[in-house]
Amino acid sequence: MRRYSAFAIARQAFRHHEGWERAWRSPEPKARYDVVIVGAGGHGLATAYYLGKNHGIRNVAVIEKGWLGGGNTGRNTTIIRSNYLQDPSAAIYEKARSLYETLSQDLNYNVMFSPRGVMMLAQTEHEIRGYQRTAHANALQGVATEFISPRRVKELCPIINLDGPRYPVLGALWQPRGGTARHDAVAWGYARACSDIGMDIIQQTEVTGVQREGGQVVGIDTTRGPIACGKLGIVVAGHSGVMAERAGFRLPIESVALQALVSEPIKPVMDVVVMANTVHGYMSQSDKGEMVIGGGADGYNNYTQRGSFHHVEETVRALIETFPIISRLKMLRWWGGIVDMTGDRSPIISKTPVEGVFVNCGWGTGGFKAIPGSGWAMAELMAKGHSPLADAFSLDRFREGRFIDESVAAGVAH
Amino acid sequence: MLTFRCPYCGIDACETELAPGGEAHLKRFGPGSADADFEAYLFLRHNAKGVHFERWRHAMGCGKWFLAARCTATLEVFGTYPAQTPEPPQDIVAAIRAKRPDWSLS
Amino acid sequence: MSLRLPKGGRLIDRDKRVVFSFNGKRLTGFAGDTLASALMGSGQRIMGRSFKYHRPRGVVASGVEEPNALVNLGKGKTHEPNQRATTTEIFQGLQATSQNHWPSLSWDIGEVNALIPRFLPAGFYYKTFIHPRPFWKHVFEPFIRQSAGLGKAPDPKLQDPDRYEQFYAHTDLVIAGGGIAGLQAALEAGRSGAQVILCEQSAHWGGRAPVDGVEIEGQPAEVWIKNAVDTLEKMENIHLRLRCMVAGVYDHGYVLAYERVSDHAPQDDVVRHRLWRIRSRHVIAATGALERPLSFAGNDKPGVMLASAVRDHVVNYGSAPGERVVIVTNNDDAYRTALVLAEAGLTVPCVVDARARAEGALPKAVRARGIRVLAGMGISNIKGLRGVVAAQLCRQDGAGEVIEDVICDAVAMSGGWSPVVHLWSHCGGKLLWEKENSFFRPDPDKPPTDQNGEGFVICAGAANGALHAGQTLEDALNSTRKSLQDLNMPVSDQAFLKVSVPEEEKLEPVWIMPAKAGPKKRAKMWLDFQNDVKVSDVQLAAREGYESVEHTKRYTTLGMATDQGKLSNINGLAVLAGALGAEIPQVGTTTFRPPYAPISMGAIAGEARGALFQPLRRTPIQGWHEDNGAHFEPVGYWRRPYCFPRKGESHRDAVNREILAVRNGVGLLDASTLGKIIVKGPDAGRFLDMLYTNVMSSLKPGKCRYGLMCSENGFLMDDGVVARLDEETFLVHTTTGGADRIHAHMEDWLQCEWWDWKVYTANVTEAFAQIAVVGPKARALLNKIGADIDLSKEALPFMGWAEGRIGGFDARVFRISFSGELSFEIAVPASQGRAFWDKLLEAGAEFGATPYGTEALHVMRAEKGFIMIGDETDGTVIPQDLGLDWAISKKKDDYLGKRAQERSHMADPERWKLVGLETLDGSVLPDGSYALDEGVNENGQGNTQGRVTSTYFSPTLGRGIAMGLVRHGPDRMGEVIAFNTTKPAAKGAAPKTIKARIVSPVFYDPEGEKQNV
Repeated sequence: MRRYSAFAIARQAFRHHEGWERAWRSPEPKARYDVVIVGAGGHGLATAYYLGKNHGIRNVAVIEKGWLGGGNTGRNTTIIRSNYLQDPSAAIYEKARSLYETLSQDLNYNVMFSPRGVMMLAQTEHEIRGYQRTAHANALQGVATEFISPRRVKELCPIINLDGPRYPVLGALWQPRGGTARHDAVAWGYARACSDIGMDIIQQTEVTGVQREGGQVVGIDTTRGPIACGKLGIVVAGHSGVMAERAGFRLPIESVALQALVSEPIKPVMDVVVMANTVHGYMSQSDKGEMVIGGGADGYNNYTQRGSFHHVEETVRALIETFPIISRLKMLRWWGGIVDMTGDRSPIISKTPVEGVFVNCGWGTGGFKAIPGSGWAMAELMAKGHSPLADAFSLDRFREGRFIDESVAAGVAH
Repeated sequence: MLTFRCPYCGIDACETELAPGGEAHLKRFGPGSADADFEAYLFLRHNAKGVHFERWRHAMGCGKWFLAARCTATLEVFGTYPAQTPEPPQDIVAAIRAKRPDWSLS
Repeated sequence: MSLRLPKGGRLIDRDKRVVFSFNGKRLTGFAGDTLASALMGSGQRIMGRSFKYHRPRGVVASGVEEPNALVNLGKGKTHEPNQRATTTEIFQGLQATSQNHWPSLSWDIGEVNALIPRFLPAGFYYKTFIHPRPFWKHVFEPFIRQSAGLGKAPDPKLQDPDRYEQFYAHTDLVIAGGGIAGLQAALEAGRSGAQVILCEQSAHWGGRAPVDGVEIEGQPAEVWIKNAVDTLEKMENIHLRLRCMVAGVYDHGYVLAYERVSDHAPQDDVVRHRLWRIRSRHVIAATGALERPLSFAGNDKPGVMLASAVRDHVVNYGSAPGERVVIVTNNDDAYRTALVLAEAGLTVPCVVDARARAEGALPKAVRARGIRVLAGMGISNIKGLRGVVAAQLCRQDGAGEVIEDVICDAVAMSGGWSPVVHLWSHCGGKLLWEKENSFFRPDPDKPPTDQNGEGFVICAGAANGALHAGQTLEDALNSTRKSLQDLNMPVSDQAFLKVSVPEEEKLEPVWIMPAKAGPKKRAKMWLDFQNDVKVSDVQLAAREGYESVEHTKRYTTLGMATDQGKLSNINGLAVLAGALGAEIPQVGTTTFRPPYAPISMGAIAGEARGALFQPLRRTPIQGWHEDNGAHFEPVGYWRRPYCFPRKGESHRDAVNREILAVRNGVGLLDASTLGKIIVKGPDAGRFLDMLYTNVMSSLKPGKCRYGLMCSENGFLMDDGVVARLDEETFLVHTTTGGADRIHAHMEDWLQCEWWDWKVYTANVTEAFAQIAVVGPKARALLNKIGADIDLSKEALPFMGWAEGRIGGFDARVFRISFSGELSFEIAVPASQGRAFWDKLLEAGAEFGATPYGTEALHVMRAEKGFIMIGDETDGTVIPQDLGLDWAISKKKDDYLGKRAQERSHMADPERWKLVGLETLDGSVLPDGSYALDEGVNENGQGNTQGRVTSTYFSPTLGRGIAMGLVRHGPDRMGEVIAFNTTKPAAKGAAPKTIKARIVSPVFYDPEGEKQNV
């Protein structure tokens, strides 16, 4: 692989950029792989990458029904943070966040990780207590966060309105090393790195069945014929239920639409990511200048990538209260993704009832920020059968009543 | 922005007057049931891409819960019926079959 | 130089001059002008700067598809960035400034980029700025951010002064587009009796037809349009909206339309934008077509415009981009522009036609006027730095060898037309590639479908691919009839209208001009003007394996600008297909999502802002709280008094004062927000036994019982006191936040699981005002105002209730206590709540009756060791964790949550359990602090053995008190454990810890002597 650098660009400039090679190969599938990963989104590609990098497993194919990175990896609001409450969540998200810090260098692909800081506003007494709890938990989890005053909030984000008539800002949980990254670049960078170490990324190929012998996976059927494999990783987010059914088991997952939107681009006014959970909205400004906005998920099962208008309406209302300047901006683009929600809203990285089949799903509304950590943990689990980062996220927690509930901070108010 | 006809009050209700309630026809498992049954009852879902039986409440209307058969891939609604129905009624099944000949009630 | 023609301009009124300013320069236009036409008429050619290279740009189009002419509009409070000059109607005093340049529009330092674009190809960000690591965040990114962005941000110190509103409508048909197709559709639908909303995004009916010289029934299109509008205005079932764009089509026939009510005439007391939320049975998209640019070197220079836009500006506004205009085309339609220009007295040096032959009626007419027509030719390059000086001609099938320089000051280009299929696509309608015409059109077999699985959007006229005026009206009538038939409505038997327009010969697809252009030229052919994406960029993306159109779009940013690819999508797709050696439909099209063009956030939010942001629930006593300086906290949609600070008093001081007043005298709490649900029927007791963990059916009328409710998943979800009113009737009290949720929960189980049980429920929360009269002097106060109920301990003991009159009010009084004091919670009809409150206050003066807020309530309950839902519980806590086993019936076979609580993790003896915590130094433990344990876990995280759930300063005890969950806590009474803080003891040192002793959670009056008096 030719390395990317400013010098490479300069060299190519004099050849009219006609000498660039493919970022990733487009190979024909082989008859057998040691490991097949279904789903070439960020999580699937990261799993493959760390299988190779950390565990020396390189006879790997990543099979993708559509185009790599074309699902939720390319449809989210690109927020990266690890200020989670529960230990298992903080561990995997912080692992991911720390990997993001050096991901551009690791992959030789600029994913534009920008640790601009993430703040979660406290707008009720109850939220203050919740975020103070998170700050105390984070202190023990090695996650650098602090609870900051409204004055500090205003310093960090001058366009914020502290004194909304209904929900004045009472403080915030601040993670200075949280931020954003360029979502597509994460998928593309991993894909390029996987391809470079000899893995096959096979796009436009749907997995139609899972072949089992004696409760053990032996291969898959695809629209381009059967492929044998030793282990199978299912990493298909919203379509996990469909794939699980093909492998013969069910998951505690429901697929719903999550919507996001951007404004027209304006000159920089906001250098941090702000989340306002009481009113259900969050916003950051992209490097292009667009205000990137997200809110809550729809409440019904949906595979259409189209959501309902009233959710967007509520999000925009909430954000106009928090950031009055957006009232005179215009919504440019609006899209939906299908997110996979589990029974406790935390992900699943687990073995399954079928020997050799592993599943990584259930990231719900928060998957992008986890990609490197999720891939790291899934690769370790698939290679070794055990991963400290993944263990708590096993499927059996639903049977045991051992939930990982992150909605705690926004729990029930009296 | 979905609409459903409330089988109680007959109104074509917009999603904004309705509260979603997840998969329908779940059988409750209480004390004494097996761990696997209880887990399945609470968490394991068909999550079908296609015909889906689900619960809705006409929360901002008559307040009644009702059930609906809807396609999660196209959002087509095959019919709605009262919540006090242990399994999909014949006319609903027929309406689905008419539109989705390959579909079977699993 | 662009200019205003001495005459012409069907949409302007030359008698009405309008003064406006651009970059501080005072300019004059005419009423009816757009900002673009007025600027063009004033000789202002450069209107903006491109996004990436900051290249100077002029207007290229004439509608919402405009990618270049975006301005900052207004000043101060009314400032709005990224307004399209082409859709901005000018008004007296309009102020506009250009965007994305520094220091000035004509001299922009960012333009240095343009000298080195070869170093900034598509995706260059991904390949560079990688080392050294901190430079991305601190050096490269700030620079990129500053040079990106477009318009100036509004001033955060100013509030948007304008109003926005939303209208709701239900209708049979929404017709999007008021061109001749939309009008034809509306006429036919109107005759059928259908309810119709006809929306036109511009300020004028009729669309392109009058500009294109169309004749209908032997008369100029304008005459027919006027008659059609007159007819429609008289039809009661037709609703006409101008300046109203159908922005999006959503599932099940939901349509959003965006009406710019007063943008063209800003004034006070008129809403600015109106968002229409329409439920329509069908949508007819008569949205027309958009012209495509041609990709030749220098096609982005100011003065190069779409041929149709040149025509629009000349015919509609009498403005022209230049005096000598070269036309370059691959179709006959652009010849109309040549005719219009010639008619206006301008010079057309030549028409450059990429096709081998140009022998249709329009080319013939152009030749007949003595204009040169050069077939088989193309443009090799545009000369000029800040505008057009000459077009260099070449053979289309060559590599661009220049044959001739044609001196000109503007170029009108046409690459053919693409139907506007956005509304068809919003809900998943599929498209067909029509090779013959080189465009995507709706696939009639794959429409977007509604709740019945039936197609509900139909395209009409040019939007359906019927580009020529004759076909347009015929198609519009056919499409409308099809729609009406689907809706079971009558159709007319009216004949198709006679339309006379010249025949047109076929276009020849031209995606690169000239066909064999080398890399240097391809790097100067713009596809996406605003985002500076060129032919070479798309080819680079394809070369590097970004083969999907989605990849290419994202890698190059093609089509991601504020015009959302209206001009660039098809051209980019064709170039990509060419680079991949694939057919265009194989490469696919991108998904169109709402909105069709950007709509204001203000309109999306509508009236719901400020005080109206969310509904506000008020108790009958709210007014008193507001008048008496309450500090409020939001609890759901309520605002409850947190405390009532007196002058000069801090919130903390106020809370302490309120607590001591209650403990030593009497306090008054507005408890009206507490949920009150009536549960009634022969099976009510049985039902409550399933809902609560303890037994409620054995409760006697006249008595109260505290109970816990769990979710089916076993977690504690609510608590409260149940009073049995009579044999069949219970009154269930819930938490403030729980009332609606618990009522819905009850209905869920009653309707969906136990539907044969005879129980009714009613949420009567707002029917009563409820006031807690609390403290040792509570009884004295009530006796003073007089009651026909015996309030003595013997007659009305703790956990009893009675009904009667107190102080002349109809009341129910409950002997329940959340503070540990003697307490009477008294419910009176909501309408009398305020009067009752006033009476208690007045009569209570001699006892020092003190209103208190939620914080005093919280502290007092913590002093008593009572749990609070939301503090001691967080959705992961079960009653067993809280030492509430006494409230969990062992006798019952079943209750909601019982099975769940049998699961291994819930029965685990290692679960943390509720205890009281006392710091050794009397200080207050921090909120949310964790109890430290030895070592770290497998992921290197510090181990913990518990956490603080509630922590307060207790003024009663004069020290900090806390409750928490601790592993084996109840077995470890007296043990001292350490809690973490987030504050470092010194810079660089580990955060300090606080030691606390495990004690009983009941800090105050453990025997309950005070409440039981």
